[in-house]
Amino acid sequence: MLLEVRDLHVEFHTRDGVAKAVNGVNYSVDAGETLAVLGESGSGKSVTAQAVMGILDIPPGKIPQGEILFKGEDLLKLKEDERRKVRGAKMAMIFQDALSSLNPVLSVGEQLGEMFIVHKGMSKKDARAKAVELMDRVRIPAAKERVGQYPHQFSGGMRQRIMIAMALALEPELIIADEPTTALDVTVQAQVMDLLAELQRELNMGLILITHDLGVVADVADKIAVMYAGRIVEQAPVHEIYKAPAHPYTRGLLDSIPRLDQKGQELYAIKGLPPNLLAIPPGCAFNPRCPMAQDVCRTDVPPLYEVTESPVPRSSACHFWKECLHG
Amino acid sequence: MPEPIEPYEEGRAIAATGGGGATDLAMAEAETLEKTPGGPKGTGPDKKPRSLWSDAWHDLRRNPVFIVSGLIILFLVVISIWPSLIASGDPLDCDLAKAQEGSQPGHPFGFNGQGCDVYTRTVYGARTSVTVGVLATLGVALLGSVLGGLAGFFGGAWDGVLSRITDVFFAIPVVLGGLVLLSVVTSSTVWPVIGFMVLLGWPQISRIARGSVITAKQNDYVQAARALGASNSRMLLRHITPNAVAPVIVVATIALGTYIALEATLSYLGVGLKPPTVSWGIDISSASQYVRNAPHMLLWPAGALAITVLAFIMLGDAVRDALDPKLR
Repeated sequence: MLLEVRDLHVEFHTRDGVAKAVNGVNYSVDAGETLAVLGESGSGKSVTAQAVMGILDIPPGKIPQGEILFKGEDLLKLKEDERRKVRGAKMAMIFQDALSSLNPVLSVGEQLGEMFIVHKGMSKKDARAKAVELMDRVRIPAAKERVGQYPHQFSGGMRQRIMIAMALALEPELIIADEPTTALDVTVQAQVMDLLAELQRELNMGLILITHDLGVVADVADKIAVMYAGRIVEQAPVHEIYKAPAHPYTRGLLDSIPRLDQKGQELYAIKGLPPNLLAIPPGCAFNPRCPMAQDVCRTDVPPLYEVTESPVPRSSACHFWKECLHG
Repeated sequence: MPEPIEPYEEGRAIAATGGGGATDLAMAEAETLEKTPGGPKGTGPDKKPRSLWSDAWHDLRRNPVFIVSGLIILFLVVISIWPSLIASGDPLDCDLAKAQEGSQPGHPFGFNGQGCDVYTRTVYGARTSVTVGVLATLGVALLGSVLGGLAGFFGGAWDGVLSRITDVFFAIPVVLGGLVLLSVVTSSTVWPVIGFMVLLGWPQISRIARGSVITAKQNDYVQAARALGASNSRMLLRHITPNAVAPVIVVATIALGTYIALEATLSYLGVGLKPPTVSWGIDISSASQYVRNAPHMLLWPAGALAITVLAFIMLGDAVRDALDPKLR
């Protein structure tokens, strides 16, 4: 297994108390596999990714418990400078907003080349040649002429390609893409997603795709982990989850996708708001918003139930997963 | 007015083809690229795209405020290095017999209370003022931005302690502090005055540097650099400093003018520079008692001081306008 996150907890110590952002997350990605992590804002999907990358701000963040195994080695036990060598070289991250993720005062060539200077000790000239090569690889036209340009001179899609090029520079084994297409036009989204998927296949990388867009997920992901209030509430192979969700929250998410065959009807929305992480409700965190909630949901935290006997494991953290799956 | 930057047009080209297939889009994007191989228009003969700094320089060259203040400052710097270029006399060559006399051939500004040539003294005074202003500003900017920058970057206890120390320094009134601290100094060089200015001035820059480092630190590209394995020093030097230095430069330029004025104030009060150093402040101080009989003794050094301070403040303003993209 390339990456295995085991029982990860992350909390933030704030003036108002302890915000429990991640509460016991387990997931794994293998080489060549794509895991989509789905959830609303504040569900802990990005925080989990930041913990994996080791870019959480500590303090106020804290990891009281858990393991992050990268090829069997617990990253949380590494020293900061050892960890730094893993970042960029072995695992890299693509951010949501490419414009703000690129340094406005450095040309894209300098920023791409920096990867080779920092990790490989290359000369400036060689690094620049590598930068052009990378830009060609992510299909930026006229790479040679544009390598000296600044981020603001590129369009949104092109900037995201540059971010992808930066992440792929050292051919890492794991890529974490945090909403890589959210800031882009729908048509450009598809191009960027295709490029990412293609490069992933080519380099046989593990990909963790963080998104709240179910449409993006369907085409590229192998499996999906749905997060709510810092927990994974359902984990399943991508097609099964679309066919029949085993958690009412997943069902709510699927129902709130606009569909062409239901024109004129009001769009479904999950009632209420995501819970305040300073005061997560007792029992199942989703119970105040859940249409299926019973008394037991308000008192007992549901364990992760095994759902399927099929070769690919599937699990749901709902007391009534059977009813949900078949109803 | 700065020209619209090219990527907007590129964006529009994409939007126009919206709905077309992916290949259409790629072509549209490639097409606009070909049309604009050199990046934004108006870069002049060199086709290199502009960075923040070259952009700022581009703006400054067209700003009359910058040109006027820049020329005044250039002139001041030249005459403080080579005062003999425009003043042939010796500022310390005085003839009491001519005390307080007005303008006469060869001595356009007249003579002061000691019978020294006011013109020569005004020219030579520039050297003192510029030296004090530049060195005090350099000291303040270096000390303040290093301490403030590190506090902003690392945060935590170091930041807390430093912030309290800056508060303490802010509580010291500058003139009172000067009267107390400098009155014990006997040296007649410029160093005690510069030292005093650095001592009391660094918290101002330190606060600004701290704030702008904290702002720059939160930028996504710093996080991104971290996620791609950059070390602390690399993030600080390559990603944060270039993006945080602009406010420091602006404040330091404006502060330079106020340090020159402060030197004059302290010298006027008798705790700054001391004769035989030639300084506008000293001359203003000694001339002030005779202002009714011989106003020229006061007017020339005071006028030179006012113009110098104004030039630096105007320069700071122009630099701020050029470096702040929000004002474009």
